[in-house]
Amino acid sequence: MNPYIPILVIGAFGFGFGVFSIVAAALTGPKRYNRAKAAAYECGIEPSPQAQGGGRFPVKYFLTAMLFIIFDIEIVFLYPWAVSFDQLGLFGLVEMVLFIGTVFVAYAYVWRRGGLEWD
Amino acid sequence: MSDTPVLQYSFLAPILIVLGGAVIGVLLEAFAAAKRRAVLQLTLTLGTLFIAFLSLLRIRNLTSAKAAMGSVMIDGPTILMQGTILLIAFFAVMIIGDVDNFTAQASAVPGSDEEKSALQAGRQQTEIFPLTLFAVAGMLLFPAANDLVTLFVALEVLSLPLYLMAGLSRHRRLFSQEAALKYFLLGAYASAFFLFGAAFLYGFSYSVTLSGIHAAVIGGTANNIFLLIGLTFISLGLLFKVGAVPFHAWTPDVYQGAPTPITGFMAAATKVAAFGAMLRIYYVTFAEANWNWRPILTVIAIATMLVGSIVAITQRDIKRMLAYSSIAHAGFLFTGVIALNKAGLAATLFYLLAYGFATIGAFGVITLVRDSSGEITDLNRWAGLGRRSPKIAALFSFFLFAFAGIPLTSGFIGKFAIFTAAYESGNIGVVVVGVLSSAIAAFFYIRVIVMMYFADDNGDSLTVVIPSPLTSIAIWVSGGVTLVLGVYPTPVLNAINTLATFIR
Repeated sequence: MNPYIPILVIGAFGFGFGVFSIVAAALTGPKRYNRAKAAAYECGIEPSPQAQGGGRFPVKYFLTAMLFIIFDIEIVFLYPWAVSFDQLGLFGLVEMVLFIGTVFVAYAYVWRRGGLEWD
Repeated sequence: MSDTPVLQYSFLAPILIVLGGAVIGVLLEAFAAAKRRAVLQLTLTLGTLFIAFLSLLRIRNLTSAKAAMGSVMIDGPTILMQGTILLIAFFAVMIIGDVDNFTAQASAVPGSDEEKSALQAGRQQTEIFPLTLFAVAGMLLFPAANDLVTLFVALEVLSLPLYLMAGLSRHRRLFSQEAALKYFLLGAYASAFFLFGAAFLYGFSYSVTLSGIHAAVIGGTANNIFLLIGLTFISLGLLFKVGAVPFHAWTPDVYQGAPTPITGFMAAATKVAAFGAMLRIYYVTFAEANWNWRPILTVIAIATMLVGSIVAITQRDIKRMLAYSSIAHAGFLFTGVIALNKAGLAATLFYLLAYGFATIGAFGVITLVRDSSGEITDLNRWAGLGRRSPKIAALFSFFLFAFAGIPLTSGFIGKFAIFTAAYESGNIGVVVVGVLSSAIAAFFYIRVIVMMYFADDNGDSLTVVIPSPLTSIAIWVSGGVTLVLGVYPTPVLNAINTLATFIR
């Protein structure tokens, strides 16, 4: 079999998925037009005109963003581990469990300290 | 199929134990009851450092072992520096244990109602202990790192907690936060330079390991411009950490603003770690390229000694004065680094131990001199302290004598050893400047002593608080070590001489 055929099949699947999603959404989804739909970063909620306190963002946004970024860092390490999982074997598994465990310690701390409460 | 990585956990045990203790400390902070938290944290931290020291003793006979796939080198100097850092950290934590020095709630705006209510309710946060342990773990790894990536990771692990710890002072909150921010911004900038240098060294040698870069240095066929740029920038990152002129500007501000126990820890332990890494880099990797770095480091050593000693004379604040004195001491330590011989290495290691203990003790004493609004660091108000609390003043004078290098203190032996090593290496100019600036430095140390004993009491509300048992143990042990190393240093010097050989 030509080794490029699987790539073509994946490409076809990807293309098909894209077409299906757009067509299905257009056929089945509700159609409510408002200003938020035209915004550059559209999330379906109308942004309030200006943040409270003269346009300064509360520092909580920063905290939340930072807590989220930790997951990104985690993925950076998890991905290569998953790719070479069969070669690393038990050693890799133990190390990864240790790594994820320490990350969870950080979240346990944040949770107990009230870092996850918005107000 | 690739081989499974081997870490040699037993060689890494001191670092891993400290890191494990830090993680448990974070969990304690999250789940332990607020009332018992401070005691639990203190016990955990001291226990962790003690067990780490025991596990270091178990591997003390290793003089040439690599761990973690060659990333960590366990040789004589590593063992010595890790031991020094653990000892210094142990006594520093005893002084840190007096949590009255730290803000109850770091996240509250200074002077806000939130802060006041946290203080009144006694809701003392004690993150300082896990942060200290994280910093110690980074410091343990820094002088042992055997490749540039590990070196950078260790640099960040030791720096990031220190940035935070500098901002935790209970009194003069804004000042403390300013210190933390300055330290962070300048430190991040220096780290970037370090990383830039590491990239150039990789471009020079196609290797990140110190032995690989060394092979390229003696090979002599690689691009020398890359070597020069890489060496310059990596040195810049390290020179910043030890506060060498002209990268010293942060030192007085941070030393003054940070909580005093932290200042002591930072001044003592960070110097050991940073000089440890510097010694390894210059002695192991770039020894054969010494024509490229020795002249510049010689100039830096001279400038550091002179600026530190001369500017300290004009200081009116005891913490700022000791900050400039620490700059001068960094200069003295550089004379050991540029000696580039075994005597220089051994002398630097001894000096770091001696200076570390004197520093912990001196800053420990400063935490005790207070009035109702907190510590008093204004030198004029120290007048007459010798009559009010003779014991504390005598101890402080002893530490100042050690800084000045008066005989019968560890400082004398340290300076003698380090200048001898520099003389043997033929660097007579540096020795002359070193002795001269020691003489200049002696002036402002002795001025403080004169002030404490002979100046008129100005009727101030200054008191010397009764130290907590742990703080008194820490300062008296520091005094004892300073005395023993000054009177009978032979066993320690011998031990250092047998172990002080870098392995490539």
